Amino acid sequence: MHDFLAMGGYAMYVWPAYAVFFIVLAWDWIAPALRRRELLNELRGRMAREQLRRQRAAQSNTQQEGASA
Amino acid sequence: MNIIPLWLHKLSSPPVFYRFAGALRPWFLWSALILGAAALYGGLVLAPPDYQQGDAFRIIFIHVPCAWMSLFAYFCMAVAALVAMVWRIKLAEVIAMECAPIGAAFTLITLITGSLWGKPMWGTWWTWDARLTSELVLLFLYLGVIGLFNAIEDRRRGARAASLLALVGIVNLPIVHYSVLWWNTLHQGQTVNLIGQSKIAPAMLWPLLLMVLATHLYFVASLLARARVGLLAVEGGKQWARELIAEKADA
Amino acid sequence: MSLATAIRSDLRQTSPPRGTHACRALLRRELLLAWRRRSDVLFPVLYALIVVTLFPFALGPEDALLTRISGGVLLVTVLLAMLPNLESMFRGDLEDGSLEQMLLAPQPLALLVLVRVLTHWATTTLPLIVVMPLLALLLRLPIEVLPVLLIALLLATPLLALMGAILSALTAGTRRSAILLALMLLPLAVPVVIFAAGAVAAAQSGLPYLAPLLWLAAALILALVLAPFACAAALRIAVET
Repeated sequence: MHDFLAMGGYAMYVWPAYAVFFIVLAWDWIAPALRRRELLNELRGRMAREQLRRQRAAQSNTQQEGASA
Repeated sequence: MNIIPLWLHKLSSPPVFYRFAGALRPWFLWSALILGAAALYGGLVLAPPDYQQGDAFRIIFIHVPCAWMSLFAYFCMAVAALVAMVWRIKLAEVIAMECAPIGAAFTLITLITGSLWGKPMWGTWWTWDARLTSELVLLFLYLGVIGLFNAIEDRRRGARAASLLALVGIVNLPIVHYSVLWWNTLHQGQTVNLIGQSKIAPAMLWPLLLMVLATHLYFVASLLARARVGLLAVEGGKQWARELIAEKADA
Repeated sequence: MSLATAIRSDLRQTSPPRGTHACRALLRRELLLAWRRRSDVLFPVLYALIVVTLFPFALGPEDALLTRISGGVLLVTVLLAMLPNLESMFRGDLEDGSLEQMLLAPQPLALLVLVRVLTHWATTTLPLIVVMPLLALLLRLPIEVLPVLLIALLLATPLLALMGAILSALTAGTRRSAILLALMLLPLAVPVVIFAAGAVAAAQSGLPYLAPLLWLAAALILALVLAPFACAAALRIAVET
């Protein structure tokens, strides 16, 4: 096991290389996942605001009709 | 004969591709992870140390696949860019733009692992030979495409502008490589051939090739994931996106 | 004379104006505009002069050192001095609407673009090359190398201007377009710098320098033919809203 970790004396070159590989690819996987979550939240918020606006418009329409009737 | 173009036409529709990509992505990701793990085991544990380079040669199992991927990603980006510019297909625009960060990531890994391999082998962290210089220029090209795309407000126009840049940049790659080749090159020549004998030992070859396959599969998985997000970003207000979000809210 | 007036005067003929008429009109307009702003010619020249004088301050005035680095320093200085002008190549036209006029003109856009880029090069970078002997003297460039440097610059700078035009069209109207243009142009400029510097270095060591110059000439010819089309495509993308 110790020989494996030591990598024949080259450990301080080999292991950082593998670490860079995993870290950069992990970033490549996580970044779009985070972006997706942000985007879905934003779109959900936008839809909710539009729905609210539609409801308010519908309410004010019915109030107007009630007032003019 | 008509089935393939029809299927492709259906696939280029954003909601269809979104579901298609979502279904395929886990298969690509898991096969990439499993094959990658097998390749790493073969490379780190099973393969014997090199008679010249000792255990430091094991960086090859990361460096070479990532180097090939950095070029493959640019090729995919260029093809998608061409389709985006000629036929203006939204999906092609999204795919072209999403290839760039993945390609940049692989290029970065190639440069850093190459440097870490070069220090014990050649005694220097960096040298200006053909391969290294062209790889560095490739990184700048990726960053330029990403930067230009992000600088333009309209996503579709930005994608087309960055696609033009990607296509102009592709000419630069062989030019940089061959122009610098006239200087003394320190980088190793070709040892792995597509056909015929390779100059590398079989015990080292199979983990390398397996890792190459694994990185290709990962590239597709990552591209599918990013393309889904890219499609949502460009089509956020459309009906299919709204239904999707409503579905998710209920679930 | 505005571009619209120039083209309209050609339209008085019954057939659509020929490409040469439009090119002449455009050329006249460019030169007139440059003449009205003739003090602008000084800016890149002064910039290059200041940058060149910084090097002896930074590295010490020792002649041997300056001679060794002078070829490369002069090339990079010219490249950097070109950047601000490249960035604004199409911005003025985009803002005042002349760009849309060019796009709507019946003449091929690529032809008009070629005239535009070459006159832009002639009015902004050619003065730099004219001042080169003075800058070469300041950096102790050996006198035999000067003609090679001038030829290399005469081949390399239009090539860079053509590539810069494509990138300038792509970034026209975006924020931070200056930095973006520099970031995009420099990787593409690398092979040009390699060949130009290679020619100068070869001449300085007494080695044959024709090959890199021929490569530059070939690249320039290719760019003269292809870059206007890429630039026209980029301009069409830039003008879309």
